[in-house]
Amino acid sequence: MIVTAIAFYVFAAITVAAGFMVIAARNPVHSVLFLILAFFNAAALFVLMGAEFLALMLVVVYVGAVAVLFLFVVMMLEIDLAEMREGFLQYLPVGGLIGFILLVELVLVLGAWTFAPEAAGVAAHPAPDIAQVDNTRALGQLLYTNYVYLFQAAGLVLLVAMVGAIVLTHRENTKAKRQNIARQVSRRRDQAVEIKKVDPGQGL
Amino acid sequence: MSDILVTYGIPLAIILAQSLALLVALLLITAYVLLADRKIWAAVQLRRGPNVVGAFGLLQSFADLLKFVFKEVVIPSSANKGVFILAPLVSVVLALSGWAVIPMADGWVISNINVGILYILAISSLGVYGVIMAGWASNSKYPFLSALRSAAQMVSYEVSIGFVLVTVLMTAGTLNLSEVVEAQRGSWGLFSWYWLPHLPMLVIFFVSALAETNRPPFDLAEAESELVAGFMVEYSSTTYMMFMLGEYVSILLMCAMTTILFLGGWLPPADFAPFTLVPGIVWFLIKVFLVFFMFSMVKAFVPRYRYDQLMRLGWKVFLPISLFWVVLTAGVLVSFGWVPHA
Repeated sequence: MIVTAIAFYVFAAITVAAGFMVIAARNPVHSVLFLILAFFNAAALFVLMGAEFLALMLVVVYVGAVAVLFLFVVMMLEIDLAEMREGFLQYLPVGGLIGFILLVELVLVLGAWTFAPEAAGVAAHPAPDIAQVDNTRALGQLLYTNYVYLFQAAGLVLLVAMVGAIVLTHRENTKAKRQNIARQVSRRRDQAVEIKKVDPGQGL
Repeated sequence: MSDILVTYGIPLAIILAQSLALLVALLLITAYVLLADRKIWAAVQLRRGPNVVGAFGLLQSFADLLKFVFKEVVIPSSANKGVFILAPLVSVVLALSGWAVIPMADGWVISNINVGILYILAISSLGVYGVIMAGWASNSKYPFLSALRSAAQMVSYEVSIGFVLVTVLMTAGTLNLSEVVEAQRGSWGLFSWYWLPHLPMLVIFFVSALAETNRPPFDLAEAESELVAGFMVEYSSTTYMMFMLGEYVSILLMCAMTTILFLGGWLPPADFAPFTLVPGIVWFLIKVFLVFFMFSMVKAFVPRYRYDQLMRLGWKVFLPISLFWVVLTAGVLVSFGWVPHA
């Protein structure tokens, strides 16, 4: 047990430290790399709780896809550290105020939460026993039986978001030359080559 | 205190010993696979290949290793030093850590976890970081362009690899790699392995594995005709060697995955006497080397793809086919009542 506790504190401490470095690092690329470190340690915490499916999903989705996109965007930025520090004092009061409001809200929420009365009904469909089914199968059974409509709705929301992003950024580029593979493949020799009889010294 | 030693100390020592044994074996195999790659490539082009160091050039990889190690590590003055050093480490560590869940024979696996396939997917989706970090930290134009290009390539082919894994895990009914192999055991020997029912998926997985590991014909990351040497331009000596090692170890990992998912892992091709007497590890290695032979033949005789062709193949050909195959497999399994563990 003590080893588990030590592992928990190590991973938790690294997660918090990495989270702090995300906002403290000067260079945005370093921030993203610290964010990835934080994701990794959060995944390790999931593993400690026995939720190996969630842990690996966190790595696949957040580290493998989301953070790569972050890194892409951040790498493209022209970073001028002096310019970034310029307006620091000017923005400090507003930023501090927003931070303070968020902190107060969090304290209020954490101080006053209770179980919703409907939660008892949800708890009547408990997850299958971990000793009998591994948690990938348990999650699958819950998601595709009791919560299938919610699951499908979440999928639809993501689809709408994806279509929206494509519609917003798509521009028809009429100037670019495109390869039409069917046309290339269906081209015959007699369409492409013309044999001319040329008399010597005459030219065409 | 002694309880802790017994419950954690002994398993830890065993895991360390296993990891060390695997690492040594893997590095030795990598050295010879590298040589084999060059020899096969040479043979296709009617050349001799490396033949000076040792008999038939057998010690060539070790000579190269010494050369890499004894050269000076040059770090460009405008590079971002921490990330620059971290990038090759990330790529080699990720490539090696994938091997933790690969079962090489019955019970020969360091970590027999229940989500092995997902672990492999996670590890291979992280491979892109080595490339991006190297390209950005070099602070130079060609590495950066190449990093963007190959990151887009690796992310694109990740998608179809994911769907291929989904079809296999649906058929096997498990995410555990050892159980995937056992699920392929049948009375028809090699015809009950998944390469036969999932033949299109095998092709897609093989080609995607080429793209994922930046092998020719998809080696746009280091297209030497246009981007000098891609994201590795600024790297020298040991740091360069780490990239190369990471690349070959992840190629071997992909060969091992093809073997486990489609070629029956350590299972013998026929279930009677002369075949069943051969130990499983031998069958596993034979299959891995067979897949690697295909990797290196492809390198030798397929010309490099253009970037837009690469993207077209990934998104417009492989993605629809693999998506269709997922639906088809699910439909067949359900309608014929073949769903495992239903």
